[in-house]
Amino acid sequence: MARIDRAEVERIAELARLELAPDEAERMAAELAAILGYVEQLDELDTDGIEPTFHALPLATPFRDDRAEPPLAPERALANAPDREGFAFVVPKVLDEDES
Amino acid sequence: MAAETALQLADALAAGRASAGELVETALARAEAARPLGAFVHLRADGARADAAASDARRARGASLGPLDGIPVAIKDLMVHEGEPCTCASRILEGFVAPYPGTAVARLQAAGAVIVGRTNMDEFAMGSSNEHSVYGPARNPWDPARTPGGSSGGSAAAVAAGVVPIAFGSDTGGSIRQPASLCGVVGLKPTYGRVSRYGLVAFASSLDQIGPFARTAADCALALEAVAGHDPADSTSLPEPAPRLRDALCGDVSGLVIGLPREFFAADGVEPAVLEHVREAIAELERAGAKTREVTLPHARYAIATYYLIATAEASSNLARYDGVRFGRRAEARTLGDMYRRTRSEGFGPEVKRRILLGTYVLSAGYYDAYYRKAMKVRTLLRRDYEQALSGCDLIAGPTTPELAFRLGEKTEDPLRMYLSDIYTVSANLAGIPGLSVPCGFSDGLPVGLQLLGRPLDEATLLRVADTYQRRSDWHTRAPDPATWTGADR
Repeated sequence: MARIDRAEVERIAELARLELAPDEAERMAAELAAILGYVEQLDELDTDGIEPTFHALPLATPFRDDRAEPPLAPERALANAPDREGFAFVVPKVLDEDES
Repeated sequence: MAAETALQLADALAAGRASAGELVETALARAEAARPLGAFVHLRADGARADAAASDARRARGASLGPLDGIPVAIKDLMVHEGEPCTCASRILEGFVAPYPGTAVARLQAAGAVIVGRTNMDEFAMGSSNEHSVYGPARNPWDPARTPGGSSGGSAAAVAAGVVPIAFGSDTGGSIRQPASLCGVVGLKPTYGRVSRYGLVAFASSLDQIGPFARTAADCALALEAVAGHDPADSTSLPEPAPRLRDALCGDVSGLVIGLPREFFAADGVEPAVLEHVREAIAELERAGAKTREVTLPHARYAIATYYLIATAEASSNLARYDGVRFGRRAEARTLGDMYRRTRSEGFGPEVKRRILLGTYVLSAGYYDAYYRKAMKVRTLLRRDYEQALSGCDLIAGPTTPELAFRLGEKTEDPLRMYLSDIYTVSANLAGIPGLSVPCGFSDGLPVGLQLLGRPLDEATLLRVADTYQRRSDWHTRAPDPATWTGADR
C-alpha cells in the first residue's frame, strides 16, 4: 500500500500548495514511505463494524442565542495584511495562473 | 536550591515580603541569565513591568485578584495574546501581532498573572525535541547539549531553569508531558475540552489542549484553575465549570487503585533506568496507602501509527490558512497560485511540510478509507481500552517517555524515530483523557518522569496523587546548575 515515490510526493505537494526542490521531494518520498510502512501495522486490526471516533468525548453541538455580537473591527482584521487597499486584502492577479 | 513556587511567591506577596515589581525584575534577570538555553523567543519586559505595577497597586488598595495576582508566568508562542507577537516558531508568522485576546491568556490576566514572555517550541507544535524552531533549539537546563523535549520545550526549560514558577504549553500528543519529564518539572495535559482552544493556534483540533508546567503539582492546580472552564468561543470546550483543584490536594492516596498497564512496563523499547525509577515511585505511592493492579491496553502499540495519521490529516487542513493573503509572511509572485506556493514553501520548515504532505496524502482520494478512516476506528479501540482499564482503577501510572533527554541532533535525521518518543503519551490525546508527568528521579543527572493518566475530567485525582508523591520525595527541590548554561548556544 505504501508505495510513494517522488512523482507521488510532487502530486500531493501541489494539492497542498507546496513547492519542493527535486532533492527535497526525493528525501520526503523516502521519509514518507518509511512512515507509511510503519502505519501499515494498523492493517493487522479487524475494524469492521467499529465506529470511527471523530472527537474523543461526546459533545452535542452547542447552540447560542441568535443575537448579534460585535465582530472583529475591520481595522484590526486588516492590521496584519501583507498588502491592503482600504478595507480589502490585495493579492496578485488570479487569471493567468495557468500560464505561469 | 530550586526557585520559589508560585504558592510560595503568593504567600510572600500577601505578607508584603515581596512585590510584583520585584518578582518581574527577578524573572527578567533570570531569563537573561538563562538566555543560552533559548527558552524564550520574546520577552515582554515593558508590558510585564506595567502589569506588575498594576498588580502592586491593586494589592495596595486591598483589591488583589487572588494567589496568581503578581505571579510571573510564561506562555508558549502559539497562545494568542492580544497586541503581542505570535509566531508558532515559524517563519510564516513572522511579524504577526495578535488582533484579539485568546481565552487562556485573557483568563490568566484576569487572575492577575504577569505574562513575562513567549516560549520556544517546535514549529506549529510539531516535534518532540524543540529542534524544529525557526529561532533554533531550546536546550535542557540539566544538560544544554540535550533536548528539553518538545514541542513545549521552552516552557519546560523556563520552569526548570527557575525563570518563572508557571509556564503554559499545549499538548497534542505529549507536548507538555514529554518535555516536563525530560526537564524534571510537573506538566499537566487536561481533559480534552477542559481549557478553551480559542486563541490556541490549531495543530490537530481534535487532540490539542492547553495545560500548565510548574515545579509542583500544587502550582499546576492553581494554574489550571485559572484557565479551565467553559468558553462560548470554543464549541468543543466542555460545559463543566472550572474545578476547585487545590481542595483535592489532601496528601492522602490511601484506598486509591493505580492501574499499571502491562504494555507500559514491557522491557522492550524503554531504558531500564526509566523503568526502575518509575517502579520505585509507584512503590512509594503504595507505601502511602495506594493499591496497584495490572491492567491492559491491548491497542497501545498502535497508538503512534493512529496518532500520526489523525494528527497530520488535521494539521494539513488547519495549516491551509497560511497562504500569505491575510496575515503573516507573503512571498512576492506574479500570480495568486505562485504566491500561495512560494509563501508556504518558504514559510514552513521541513517537519511541518512533511506532516502537511503526509496529512494531504492520507486524506486524498483513494487513501482516505485505508488510512484516515482506519485510524479513526483504531482510535475507538484505544478509547475503549482506556474506558475498560479505568473502570477497574482510579488512575493509570507508567513512564512518561521511554528514554532520558536525548542529545540535540540525535534524531533529527530520522523522523519516525523521533515520533516514537511519544509512545506513552499520544494515546491520552486520542482518548481525550487527562495526563500528568511528575519528576520521579534522576539517572546520570537527567530527570525521569512518572506519568499519571486519569478518567475524563478527573484532573483532581492526578494532581492529588502527584502532590502526595511530591510531599514524600524531593526531586522537585533540585535545581540545575546555571554555570553549565554559559556559552551553550555557541
